Amino acid sequence: MTDAAAPDASPPARAAAAPGRWKRWLLIAIPYCWLLALFLAPFFIVLKISVSDTVIAQPPYEPVLDLSQGWQGIKDWWSALDLENYSALFDDELYLASYLSSLKIATISTLLTLAIAYPMAYGMARAPKSIRPTLLMAVILPFWTSLLIRVYAWIGILNPDGLLNAFLLWARVINEPLYIMNTETAVYIGIVYSYLPFMVLPLYASLEKLDETLLEAAADLGCPPWKAFWKITVPLSLPGVIAGCFLVFIPAVGEFVIPDLLGGSETLMIGKTLYNEFFLNRDWPVSSAIAVLLLLVLVVPIAIYNNIQAREIGDKA
Amino acid sequence: MAKAAQKALGPIRRSFAPWLDPSAVPLIRFENVVKRFGDFVAVDNVSIDIHQREFFALLGPSGCGKTTLMRMLAGFEAPTSGRITLAGKDLAGVPPYRRPVNMMFQSYALFPHMTVAQNIAFGLKQDNIGKAEIETRVKEMLRLVKLEAFGARKPHQLSGGQRQRVALARSLAKRPKVLLLDEPLGALDKKLREETQFELMDLQQELGLTFMIVTHDQEEAMVVADRIAVMNHGKLVQVATPGEIYEQPNCRYVADFIGDINIFDATVTGAEVGGTRLKSAEVGADFVAAGDASAVAGTEVALAIRPEKMRISTEPPPADATNVLKGEVWDIAYLGDWTTLLVKVEGSEKIVRVSRANMTRSEARPIGWDDKVFVWFAPDAGILLAA
Ligand SMILES: Nc1ncnc2c1ncn2[C@@H]1O[C@H](COP(=O)(O)OP(=O)(O)O)[C@@H](O)[C@H]1O
Ligand SMILES: [Mg+2]
Repeated sequence: MTDAAAPDASPPARAAAAPGRWKRWLLIAIPYCWLLALFLAPFFIVLKISVSDTVIAQPPYEPVLDLSQGWQGIKDWWSALDLENYSALFDDELYLASYLSSLKIATISTLLTLAIAYPMAYGMARAPKSIRPTLLMAVILPFWTSLLIRVYAWIGILNPDGLLNAFLLWARVINEPLYIMNTETAVYIGIVYSYLPFMVLPLYASLEKLDETLLEAAADLGCPPWKAFWKITVPLSLPGVIAGCFLVFIPAVGEFVIPDLLGGSETLMIGKTLYNEFFLNRDWPVSSAIAVLLLLVLVVPIAIYNNIQAREIGDKA
Repeated sequence: MAKAAQKALGPIRRSFAPWLDPSAVPLIRFENVVKRFGDFVAVDNVSIDIHQREFFALLGPSGCGKTTLMRMLAGFEAPTSGRITLAGKDLAGVPPYRRPVNMMFQSYALFPHMTVAQNIAFGLKQDNIGKAEIETRVKEMLRLVKLEAFGARKPHQLSGGQRQRVALARSLAKRPKVLLLDEPLGALDKKLREETQFELMDLQQELGLTFMIVTHDQEEAMVVADRIAVMNHGKLVQVATPGEIYEQPNCRYVADFIGDINIFDATVTGAEVGGTRLKSAEVGADFVAAGDASAVAGTEVALAIRPEKMRISTEPPPADATNVLKGEVWDIAYLGDWTTLLVKVEGSEKIVRVSRANMTRSEARPIGWDDKVFVWFAPDAGILLAA
């Protein structure tokens, strides 16, 4: 019956597809225009500044493209561009150390965040259905206040005369106040705290989908619960783990506010170095070069992440 | 199929009735098992003995507690009260992963991140079996369920029927003492389902295992099972062989649930040698039912009669015929092998269902719509039940 109806139904369906086609292109074009205007254009501006020279002027770099000189102006502009800012980055160890330190701090804090977020997300996914929305709300609640205010609050907690030390001294756990403020430890605490929701939410999404009869099936086949956790729960939540790790790692590498407020002078992170070059040294070209390199460093994990996601979608289709 | 037929004639099948042997020790015993979820009683005081090598079916409408009963045996639920023993050992407190039973889940519950072969090997890997041994067992299982070519596929790359086979292979791989099947064939179409039913019976005999199957499909239960337990609202209603369930239902519920049946409300009027006299106000007729003659006159009863055990004719029945009703043909359903006739009894609203085997390709004078007909049945064809 459906076979007989199909040939009749297809011509109008095809006719309807023709006006639908440009709508589809429009739908695709809007986000691409958005990306072009808000990502690609600024990127090319930064890229251009990164191959310019520093001058004490307004703007603080040259050459500036002068179209009134015609073709000659373009030629002069082009020939004045060079890569010496990039070679400067490799000559001065400060920059390399900043990059490496950023990667290290981002990696460690991503792992710490994962270690804290996984049990949280697991508990939420296993909680009674009726209280799950409340728990989810509690995870998102910190977003209601500005990140800056929350990081400032941590200063009040971690200071030598802050809340944490006051409590530990009162409880007689310690005799001397702990100096956490202005160390890397404070940066780890700040990053883990700030990015926790970005880890919890994708983990929760993948754990909540997990069919509990799979764990029953594992138990039925002789697999004790702790082993079933590693063999069933963890592999099936891997998409959430990967998404969460990238969502934390990528912004953490370029993090500026947290190391600046909590890390003090001894913490080296590329975001802070970039800020210093830009605002203290007013060296726009070098800071632009730092930004471009940072982007290149991050393109690798982003590409890996995209690749994994694409493979997963392909797997399901 | 030919193999299945041949086996069905084998010596095991013909004489297999350990439940009749008082000295036989059952493999599984449910003793007064009750399961409550809050105030709701899902399983109500159930006692069953299941014997080694038996193919046992739990049959009942959706929500009657079949799955719950099975899950208690597998260890996923604990009985509120009562005891379950397996080979004489009380299972209370034994976690699911230590019970020598395996379950094929209603949803199959295949591990989506593992291949077919890895799914089948999963249970074996828990037992510290050598790699080579696991590989042979997996191959053997794949062959058993005819999926040799699919070992490397992931579950989502299989059809529903293939997935069901993987689930079966996975639950059989450990050669459990007892295999539990929860509506295993629910997702299959009719033809595949029938084929698989025979394959299941085949497997069960070949491997000498004890199977417990849950189903709401009475035909399926009749085909595969040695014995059927009919459940309703958490209670066990009757446990018997398919033949007994069909021919000697012990109550109105079972009679009605299994197959088609006509039920007449009647009152006992007296007894005669080896039988009971009844009067049915519903159809304005007198009946005689063979068997137990102890019923007291005036008792309300029900007389049940299967459609195929009734005779129908446009001619009056022989003079010695009993239980005769007059009526007219209301509707005819031609089913190929059978024809079912719905007859409206004269002077009442009662519709009686009569079926006839179509033994010849054409009839001289077939019964047609609105024909006046006589319907009758022998005293021993009817089943006397409590009202
Ligand atoms: N975990 C549970 N909590 C509450 N009620 C349940 C639970 N499991 C089953 N039930 C109830 O017990 C009854 C029997 O369920 P089940 O054994 O699954 O029925 P069946 O398999 O015969 O369809 C149903 O009414 C169901 O709602
Ligand atoms: Mg069920």
